[in-house]
Amino acid sequence: MAKVLMKGNEAIGEAAIRAGCLNYFAYPITPQSEVAEYLVRRMPEVGGVFLQGESEVAVGYMIFGAAGAGERVFTTSSSPGISLMSEAISYIAAAQCPAVFVNIMRGGPGLGGILPSQADYLQATKGIGHGDCRLLVMAPASVQEAVEMVMKAFPLAEKYRNPVMILGDGLIGQMMEPVEFPDDLKTEPTNKDAWATNGMDHRKGITRNLVKSLFLDPVQLNDNNLALKAKYDRMRAEEVMSESYHIDCDYQGLIVSYGTMSRVCRTAIDMLAAEGIDVGMVRPQTVFPFPEKAVAEAAMKPSCTHVLSIEMSMGQMIEDVERSVKGRVPVSWYGKCGGDIPTPEEVIDVVKQRIA
Amino acid sequence: MQSEIMFAGFGGQGILLIGKVLAHAAMEEGYEVAWVPSYGPEMRGGTAYCTVVISDRPIGSPIIKNPLHLVAMNGPSLQKFAPTVKKGGIIFINSSLIAFGSNRDDVDELQVPVVDIAKDLGSVKAANIVALSAFVSRSGIVPMETLKTCIKEEFSKKPKLIPLNMAAVAAGEKAARK
Amino acid sequence: MGKTFKKPESLSDTHTHYCPGCTHGVIHRLVAETIDELGIRGRTVGIAPVGCAVLAYNYFNFDFQEAAHGRAPAMATGIKRVRPDLMVFTYQGDGDLASIGMGEIIHAANRGEKFTTIFVNNAIYGMTGGQMAPTTMPNQRTSTSPFGRKVDEVGMPIKMAELLAALQTPAYISRQTVIKPKYINKAKKAIKQAFTYQLENKCFSLVEVVSTCPTNWGMTPVQAVEWTEKTLLTYYQPGDYKVPA
Repeated sequence: MAKVLMKGNEAIGEAAIRAGCLNYFAYPITPQSEVAEYLVRRMPEVGGVFLQGESEVAVGYMIFGAAGAGERVFTTSSSPGISLMSEAISYIAAAQCPAVFVNIMRGGPGLGGILPSQADYLQATKGIGHGDCRLLVMAPASVQEAVEMVMKAFPLAEKYRNPVMILGDGLIGQMMEPVEFPDDLKTEPTNKDAWATNGMDHRKGITRNLVKSLFLDPVQLNDNNLALKAKYDRMRAEEVMSESYHIDCDYQGLIVSYGTMSRVCRTAIDMLAAEGIDVGMVRPQTVFPFPEKAVAEAAMKPSCTHVLSIEMSMGQMIEDVERSVKGRVPVSWYGKCGGDIPTPEEVIDVVKQRIA
Repeated sequence: MQSEIMFAGFGGQGILLIGKVLAHAAMEEGYEVAWVPSYGPEMRGGTAYCTVVISDRPIGSPIIKNPLHLVAMNGPSLQKFAPTVKKGGIIFINSSLIAFGSNRDDVDELQVPVVDIAKDLGSVKAANIVALSAFVSRSGIVPMETLKTCIKEEFSKKPKLIPLNMAAVAAGEKAARK
Repeated sequence: MGKTFKKPESLSDTHTHYCPGCTHGVIHRLVAETIDELGIRGRTVGIAPVGCAVLAYNYFNFDFQEAAHGRAPAMATGIKRVRPDLMVFTYQGDGDLASIGMGEIIHAANRGEKFTTIFVNNAIYGMTGGQMAPTTMPNQRTSTSPFGRKVDEVGMPIKMAELLAALQTPAYISRQTVIKPKYINKAKKAIKQAFTYQLENKCFSLVEVVSTCPTNWGMTPVQAVEWTEKTLLTYYQPGDYKVPA
């Protein structure tokens, strides 16, 4: 298929359709409202469902209801909206339903700003909702990667019967880049008759299904959470994705960076290499599960004296970088948030101060 | 090899659109491209700008503080961005609305009264296409034929506008040659 | 000889946890009878609230989802939009629907979502132990209004049926009660009407059922029935508040 030039937000909407998800509920919020503006026209063309809910709180539960009924469903939002949906995300994870949430991050805390940011890292990877729940979180660095991650998200959500999040900074949503929608990423929804409330007649069953998260018996709740933990451990074993850059050399330092920030770092690494300074990079593509092994191995290279966690947030991912490196190499943070994305020159300055 | 072009002006001048058309044309020519808009409060009524990055290899940082070229459609954007343009780049100036120059002697400055030209063609709305055409003609960044194809595609849902915009391309090309 | 009275197929064999004198059991039965009579058990999805009826799914015998507090109408919207062939109802109390879930019920009703809501109004929070609800009567004592509801501080009780009936979108909105046999037949008729409108894909439908809570009211079941009839039903008057054209 030929490439088309598309804005990230529109490409995300199209990717969901191409992946076989025809149900979308959302509430407007900058910088991702273009997804809804795109899908309100596109969904009727494919016989899909589009509904603008009255709040992100309500949308979270529209997703829960639809997912519980066994249908592929997704929503898109941005930081404060995701906070409002986080209650529903916890319920969906507890009730073990598959659903896809896209967070096109803006700056926070509070109302924050609407420019690109990565300030929801900790929320997405560690604190998305109350209780012992986790999301599988993928972080794209280009519009094409956003498309592929959205398309992969649906079968992954079904594999784990757990919400999956695409965590993109605002630029991923706002930027236009050439994209294609790989046909091989179109998937058939899994059979959900074993658990979904899709109607007893629909599955020709004689027993009813329950979608719930209440376990008043402490042993049952513990068992349920052990089952959830087993899924999260399986994600750690099977779903880690990362990409390395400029590591086939004796680099003096290592950068860990994701999303748009990692692209700035790639340019900085090229410019540094031209000056004779080698710096490698590991770019997490999944931030939960975090590529601990790839980061640790790259950090442990004998020539590497320092690891930099470079983020459009105030030192969030560094907690995972430190956990991976385990004190064997010094780790420090550099970043900016609020939308003033660090330039390659600024990254180069930091590298020179701390590494070279 | 990488080129970055900043398009800047008032909201409503069709700045984002000509950036998109250029990105599309470069994509058709097989380049890697990224179109990065400014968004936020400034997109409501004030200035609008976008950056197009064109490269023969995967694009790293899409955030460009120093573009190679600038297409300035109003005075404030010329004042703001002219000093950021890289040495040897092109600064295009919409001289219908801007009565001063870039004050740079290390760039190729191109002044075209695109609003007046568009008026003569029948609609001021085509001023952005005159500017795009003049810039592409001067820079040779993509072939004119590819540009024309992409403009036609952009207006494919409003085919009535295609003759006007083709005339705008011709006028822009001619102005750049002078 | 055939049975003349039996348990509806839509009810399970589980004994309920409801208190003596509570009307949830009667309302459950009316809903179950309706679903049996309409022959829709195999395509019905119920949504349980947070409140005394949180475990309602243990007593019904068809597919069920359990909502977060107040969110049942949003979940019903999600289900009904993606599976319009399913018959969906929410079963909510007054804390759930009229307090924390006010936004969801108003917007679902206003969009004309084609599901049914059974709204059980007993003027108090039951499950959490008798706190004041938006529907608590003036001067009514609860654990968070120990000196009686002061309307100058917290306003008058909300009449949900009237409030929802004021929306311009067509709907079926009715208020009933089940405290005495003479009311039960009318309530059954309204509940069946509500499900029938859904079956016909006609409109949003809601039946408010004025109910008792002897335990948290501090009354015997008989006193509770008397107080309901004397106090609640004069403020929350039964009847059809809106009928679709």
